[in-house]
Amino acid sequence: MSEPVLKVDNLTIDIPMAQGTLHAVRGIDFELKRGETLCIVGESGSGKSLTSLAIMGLLSKKMRCNAARLDFSGIDLRKQSPRAMRALRGDRMAMIFQEPMTSLNPAYTIGDQLMEALQLHRPVGRAEARARAIELLGKVGITAAESRLSQYPHQLSGGLRQRVMIAMALMCEPELIIADEPTTALDVTIQAQILRLLADLQREMNMAMILVTHDLGVVARIADKVVVMYAGEVVEKGSAREIFENPRHPYTRGLLRCIPVPGKTKPGEHLGSIPGIVPSLIGKVEGCAFRSRCDVAEAACASDVPVRRTGEDHMYRCIHEVQAGAPS
Amino acid sequence: MSPTTTAEAVAPEAGTAPVLELAGVTKTYRVKQGMFSAAKPLNALGGVSLKIHRKDVLGLVGESGCGKSTLAKILLGLEAPTSGQVLIDGREVTARERTVLARRIQPIFQDPYSSLNPRKCIEDIIALPLVVHKIGDSASRAKSVARMLDLVGLPQRVLRGYPNQLSGGQRQRVAIARALVMNPEIVICDEPTSALDVSVQSQILNLLGDLREELGLTYLFISHNLAVVEHLATRVAVMYLGKIVEEAPASELFAGPRHPYTKALLESVLTPDPNLSVPDTHLGAAYPNPIDPPSGCHFHPRCAKVMDICKTTPPPHVAGPQGHVDCHLHAAPAR
Ligand SMILES: Nc1ncnc2c1ncn2[C@@H]1O[C@H](COP(=O)(O)OP(=O)(O)OP(=O)(O)O)[C@@H](O)[C@H]1O
Ligand SMILES: Nc1ncnc2c1ncn2[C@@H]1O[C@H](COP(=O)(O)OP(=O)(O)O)[C@@H](O)[C@H]1O
Ligand code: SF4
Ligand code: SF4
Ligand SMILES: [Mg+2]
Ligand SMILES: [Mg+2]
Repeated sequence: MSEPVLKVDNLTIDIPMAQGTLHAVRGIDFELKRGETLCIVGESGSGKSLTSLAIMGLLSKKMRCNAARLDFSGIDLRKQSPRAMRALRGDRMAMIFQEPMTSLNPAYTIGDQLMEALQLHRPVGRAEARARAIELLGKVGITAAESRLSQYPHQLSGGLRQRVMIAMALMCEPELIIADEPTTALDVTIQAQILRLLADLQREMNMAMILVTHDLGVVARIADKVVVMYAGEVVEKGSAREIFENPRHPYTRGLLRCIPVPGKTKPGEHLGSIPGIVPSLIGKVEGCAFRSRCDVAEAACASDVPVRRTGEDHMYRCIHEVQAGAPS
Repeated sequence: MSPTTTAEAVAPEAGTAPVLELAGVTKTYRVKQGMFSAAKPLNALGGVSLKIHRKDVLGLVGESGCGKSTLAKILLGLEAPTSGQVLIDGREVTARERTVLARRIQPIFQDPYSSLNPRKCIEDIIALPLVVHKIGDSASRAKSVARMLDLVGLPQRVLRGYPNQLSGGQRQRVAIARALVMNPEIVICDEPTSALDVSVQSQILNLLGDLREELGLTYLFISHNLAVVEHLATRVAVMYLGKIVEEAPASELFAGPRHPYTKALLESVLTPDPNLSVPDTHLGAAYPNPIDPPSGCHFHPRCAKVMDICKTTPPPHVAGPQGHVDCHLHAAPAR
């Protein structure tokens, strides 16, 4: 039972552009077991969404995706036809996007869309599909579920739409669910509710979940494992506790210093910051991509950077052997 | 009195009088829900009274649609209140004098991508308010713009550049420079950092804090992020369905929230602590429809402390020495 549901090994995504090739994702690895939640954090543009789309087989055709391994429950995703991927998606693996309207069709009722999500993959009749839709709407905390079936997406608030999306993703009880910034556009109150819901359902259905977010508070509260991405690379990876209590990579440490923490940072005092901007990934990228913003960078950072491991499952990529301890 | 005199007339004892005050401000929109239904009133603001003192940072928090941006637009003179008054230095600003507001109050909006005109170069973007208000000649405007770039930490070389050549954080700096070029006293920040990466957000928050010190600015700071509000605000106002349900000094409100809604909001803050899980706010799903607000206390269908009286009677306005709370729980016991 401890066989990983998902194994990603040396995944790269190149995008041909007018100015040259954009190396958007540059050799990332991670794996995930059933019942585990992995959070991917990082600056916007660091490749979080592309990584999710690559796993789901949703990258656009012009992008070049390679991997030494991309296994899902013993299936080699690299070798699947578009048709086989369509059969997997929405059935054994499902995705929840930031903007629910990207997946909900404004022209169809909630009920029709939920039922179709099931009937596309299972030989069930309308009555059964309808019962399942009502069951799932109830599970995601929508009251008067039956009366919602005949409503259209635009008749629902943002929080409700996100719940419908989650219900839709869970219709077939997938083994893997990927949620890309599912709560970023929502109120803090609704965000807490949706995250709690996702965590509960994930436990109940024993799914593997990948949650993409740039909110470190969310990561700390929900992740078992954390992957920190910067400029298309995994710069640090470890258990949530390790990442928050013993961050090693200068970028991770910098990020943790940037956020105000009630009861910890002093109101009004300067927060930590990471000056500068993410470098362009067009053309050849060498050395540590963080070096233009890193306050402990040295000449050696311009060439190959070693991968360091500290304890079980905690790795980071830096020329320095960074000492443990939370950043001051 | 002409608008210009009002703008320059700063009361000498301004240290104690609120620089900006809202007194019983309401705003009602008329909205149609279906194609054939008659327009219904939507009370976006249901009688808001607020005082902002010089150098205060008033954090305004509340869920989407509660009326925060409507309040900001009224302060900026972009919308007229349906009733109630806006006062500057204790003097009412009439409809005719709205341009006065623009000189003294400037906005910084959420989205640094859409709030800058993509076809104008950075210099023109920052100078635009000066041009619109016919302040100075082109030489003096150029000088002001150069000074603003220094102030917000942008290199002079971006002057001839365009918004799409800048990062999100740089664009937000341009938006701040554009707001400050008018030498405003009050800056309205509507979600100024929520579209930015964490690493950039902290730079902008530090900059806003420094500018307040340096220029003696007063902020109205609208944000969904309560950790950010706690960090920056001196006072906090909590809004629910067009009403300020609690107002207090920031330290007091965060240490001891009194309104059940404030408590629920604070409980939903996710501090980065891996030993904790996602909290249950007990709020239920639905934010009410503002066209058809709940009876009595508007918050009662979601309130953990609801009593019978809450369903029928609007809560009392309970003023304290430092602020107020609108809730039956805090009413003086009847004798
Ligand atoms: N021009 C308008 N016409 C009709 N209704 C409006 C208009 N502007 C705002 N409203 C309504 O007034 C209420 C308050 O809106 P407002 O934009 O002030 O909310 P907000 O608190 O800023 O929300 P958010 O956090 O989402 O920015 C909402 O119910 C909104 O739908
Ligand atoms: N459809 C696309 N065409 C060209 N470049 C893209 C496309 N989608 C993403 N990119 C680029 O790939 C990089 C990674 O993007 P993405 O995975 O969306 O980042 P994240 O989700 O971490 O913010 C960025 O540099 C982005 O600009
Ligand atoms: S490798 Fe160099 S630049 Fe990169 S994080 Fe380490 S010290 Fe900084
Ligand atoms: S008045 Fe009643 S319903 Fe409203 S917040 Fe107070 S206790 Fe809750
Ligand atoms: Mg993304
Ligand atoms: Mg708003």
